[in-house]
Amino acid sequence: MTKTVEEKQRVVVRFAGDSGDGMQLTGDRFTSATAVLGNDLATLPDFPAEIRAPAGTVHGVSAFQIQFASTDITTPGDHADVLIAMNPAALKADLSKVERGGILIVNEDAFTPRNVEKAGFATDPTSDGTLEGYQVHKVPMTSMTVRATEDVGIGKKEAERAKNMFALGLVSWMFDRPTETTLDWLERKFGGKQEIYDANVAAFKAGYNFGETTELFAQSYRIAAAPVEPGTYRNIAGATALSWGLVAASARSGLPLFYASYPITPASELLHELSRHKNFGVTTLQAEDEIAAANAALGAAFAGQLAVTGTSGPGMDLKAETLGLAVIMELPMVVVDVQRGGPSTGLPTKTEQADLLLAMFGRHGESPMPIVAAASPSECFAAAIEAARIAVRYRTPVILLSDTFLSNSSEPWRVPDVDDLPTIDPDFAAPNGDGFLPYARDERLARPWAVPGTPGLVHRIGGLEREDLTGNISYEPENHERMTHLRQAKVDGVARDIPALEVDDPSGEAELLVLGWGSSLGTIRAAAHRVRDAGGKVATAHLRHMNPFPANTGDVVKAYPKVLIPEMNLGQLAMLIRAKFLVDARSFTKVQGLPIFAEDLDEEIRRVLDE
Amino acid sequence: MSDVLENGGGAATGGVATLTKKDFTSDQEVRWCPGCGDYAILSAVQGFMPELGIEPHKTVFVSGIGCSGRFTYYMDTYGVHGIHGRAPAIATGIATSNPDLSVWVITGDGDGLSIGGNHLIHALRRNVNIKILLFNNQIYGLTKGQYSPTSEEGKVTKSTPFGSVDHPFNPIAVALGAEGTFVARTIDNDRKHLTDVLRQAAAHRGTAFVEIYQNCNVFNDGAFDLLREKAEGVHHQIRLVDGEPIVFDEGTKCVIVGDNGRLQVRPTAEVDQDRIVVHQAGGRPSLPFGLAHLSLGPHEATCLGVFRDFDRPVYGEALHAQLRSAEERLGKGDLAKLLHGGDTWTVG
Repeated sequence: MTKTVEEKQRVVVRFAGDSGDGMQLTGDRFTSATAVLGNDLATLPDFPAEIRAPAGTVHGVSAFQIQFASTDITTPGDHADVLIAMNPAALKADLSKVERGGILIVNEDAFTPRNVEKAGFATDPTSDGTLEGYQVHKVPMTSMTVRATEDVGIGKKEAERAKNMFALGLVSWMFDRPTETTLDWLERKFGGKQEIYDANVAAFKAGYNFGETTELFAQSYRIAAAPVEPGTYRNIAGATALSWGLVAASARSGLPLFYASYPITPASELLHELSRHKNFGVTTLQAEDEIAAANAALGAAFAGQLAVTGTSGPGMDLKAETLGLAVIMELPMVVVDVQRGGPSTGLPTKTEQADLLLAMFGRHGESPMPIVAAASPSECFAAAIEAARIAVRYRTPVILLSDTFLSNSSEPWRVPDVDDLPTIDPDFAAPNGDGFLPYARDERLARPWAVPGTPGLVHRIGGLEREDLTGNISYEPENHERMTHLRQAKVDGVARDIPALEVDDPSGEAELLVLGWGSSLGTIRAAAHRVRDAGGKVATAHLRHMNPFPANTGDVVKAYPKVLIPEMNLGQLAMLIRAKFLVDARSFTKVQGLPIFAEDLDEEIRRVLDE
Repeated sequence: MSDVLENGGGAATGGVATLTKKDFTSDQEVRWCPGCGDYAILSAVQGFMPELGIEPHKTVFVSGIGCSGRFTYYMDTYGVHGIHGRAPAIATGIATSNPDLSVWVITGDGDGLSIGGNHLIHALRRNVNIKILLFNNQIYGLTKGQYSPTSEEGKVTKSTPFGSVDHPFNPIAVALGAEGTFVARTIDNDRKHLTDVLRQAAAHRGTAFVEIYQNCNVFNDGAFDLLREKAEGVHHQIRLVDGEPIVFDEGTKCVIVGDNGRLQVRPTAEVDQDRIVVHQAGGRPSLPFGLAHLSLGPHEATCLGVFRDFDRPVYGEALHAQLRSAEERLGKGDLAKLLHGGDTWTVG
């Protein structure tokens, strides 16, 4: 039969299966092949908190979604065009995430009466009419994988485990992905284990060939490369980008990186990544708890290292007291908060951006700290360098906000030229013969960083209020007030040293500003595109510095009659903007542990425009 | 070394040999209560530091919260007066960052064993190169007199008007249980013994833990009198000396292994000399652990001295060795290579 190839601009594919089915890996490999092809892309891994929930249950479903396109895209897509469901539970969990009329590829072998029941279906959904309106392809992936691997010489159980590669092969054919990227990877990964390697290759090829030869699939799709600036690109996830940004800040400052952390989802990824780069002089310390991690980092900061501690929401709560100490000791330190759903243990593997007010105010006393927020997975790289720059330049702890979505998601990134990266001058204090004043300040109100081991600069600092200049303990009323104002003025002064808030208002006539921060950047861009494509006029702006705000922020928000702030919380940035600038900003919020959908925001923007 | 102390007096402008107590004494007014045991400890430490031959700028004192926490301000060295209980963690960051520094932690029974217990045991477990001095006065002094994790059961304090129902920690047993590589106990008013223990602690590679019985004359006066006062101390201090038979009370009492391997105190005259336990600080932990439990507190004959002293890899050294070997194996980190590693594609 003749197969047709349809050109498409953008496609959303979602792989879903049991936690043990290797869906993250499958998605990751599909992403690599897609990236190499030059499509723009965005991914969203979506997995349960349980390591291995009971097999075959909805709780145990792990999914990976990717949107790829021949045009600029900014989100992993609201709804999938194609769902690969490896078992009934995956279908149950994710059917609602598929576009009506979309393609469902289900692993027919897994739809046994027992599995169907375990997933919570009364009858087999592939034959009872549940899937009416979708393009359903029932493919016996498990048995075909077993058959394809018969000659390899591994057991049936082992062979069945390669079924994700069958699925990957089939979808690779469907979307005309290059096979070499996957085959090369399999060789790197399993080259030493011949039988496993052979089985995976056989399964992958069987899936690919099945698509090409079977009459089930009449059509494949081609998505052309997206036009982008010239350069060398790679696909990068936020956790990797953030880690590499810290390594880069270390290289560009000459300060050894000291990363202290306690394992916590999703921030552990940073600890894993950084611990691999010891040849960059990176010290990683897995502390006994969150508090110890923060204090060890603070000790390292005192000793002259680029000190970083990383965690997620619950860990931030525990570190609060230490951050206050870092504020009063005025030492450079970066605290990474990879936000997740809260409160308490909340949704450990799901995203949220509800720690903004915690970052702003989550310490007793007047305890200001600069806050930097990354806006996309690849931007985590620059955000990490920026946080380190502010910390070192202003001798202050800085909070760097990321979130689960940014951390796990990936997108193409134009690899920067190392020489173009900012340099950071540690500007250590040097003895000048006179009495040393540890709390004397420069024009930015930053105090000297005097590192133990330096003669002539011996001094003591700590959590008690410091006397201005000398740093001795002082309970004097006027001194405390002066120091409180100095610490605040120093942090406020960072605004003079950061880029202005940029506004994207192509028509120049927009009445509505959509103001965002953090990982909602992609959603806001996508929604604004849709509105503008339909003739609507909307302006957007995105904050990367949450404290202090860029100096022009007030002017920007006051320039528009309407300001809409979409956030994955109950309106935290909106509260700050309203409080600081007295504008009637309104909120659009979502707290489902998932990014805001562009179509929902699109709708909200139109609603506000029509008011 | 005492001649160095006496000869000194000049500022430490020249070599290390000219260091004096004055070089380690800051200009800050000492503000503990008059009569506090902390004065004696401070004076002993300031007097002893020159012996080490380590200049003040290569020395860091780190403390937590409580009366002991102020110690840092009185030493003319680098210092961090941290938050409650976290000094071992801060010190771990400092010592790991720069192995050339001499890092000392000053803590108390509340700071080190209550709010900071976790950091204390993990510093001991890792064997970070820090020296921890735990001032044990069996009371919360700075918060004005609540019972502490080392206060005896039944202790009547502001927060326990009917007597404490908490069982106290035995700090030496805690440190031994955490696999501390140097564990010792001394007492505030015996300058010679205190200095001698500090000297051994300073010479130890890794974490040294020194419990110092310290009298709080305001909220818990006399807690250690049985050991502290000369007339009584002679009868109740069991001085541990490595390699020596354990005898005390002017040789009239000794420690033997009794039934089921349990250590017992017996009159020396009634015991065959061969049965007297010989102290071994470098051996297995069972003997030091037994010695730690010989008394239930300073209200009966109690061991002082070095309980355990043995070598185990030092955390910071092992960590720096990893950094070096990674660089040898993988080459010095090249940022451009890192960023370009893996699958990349080029758009012309």
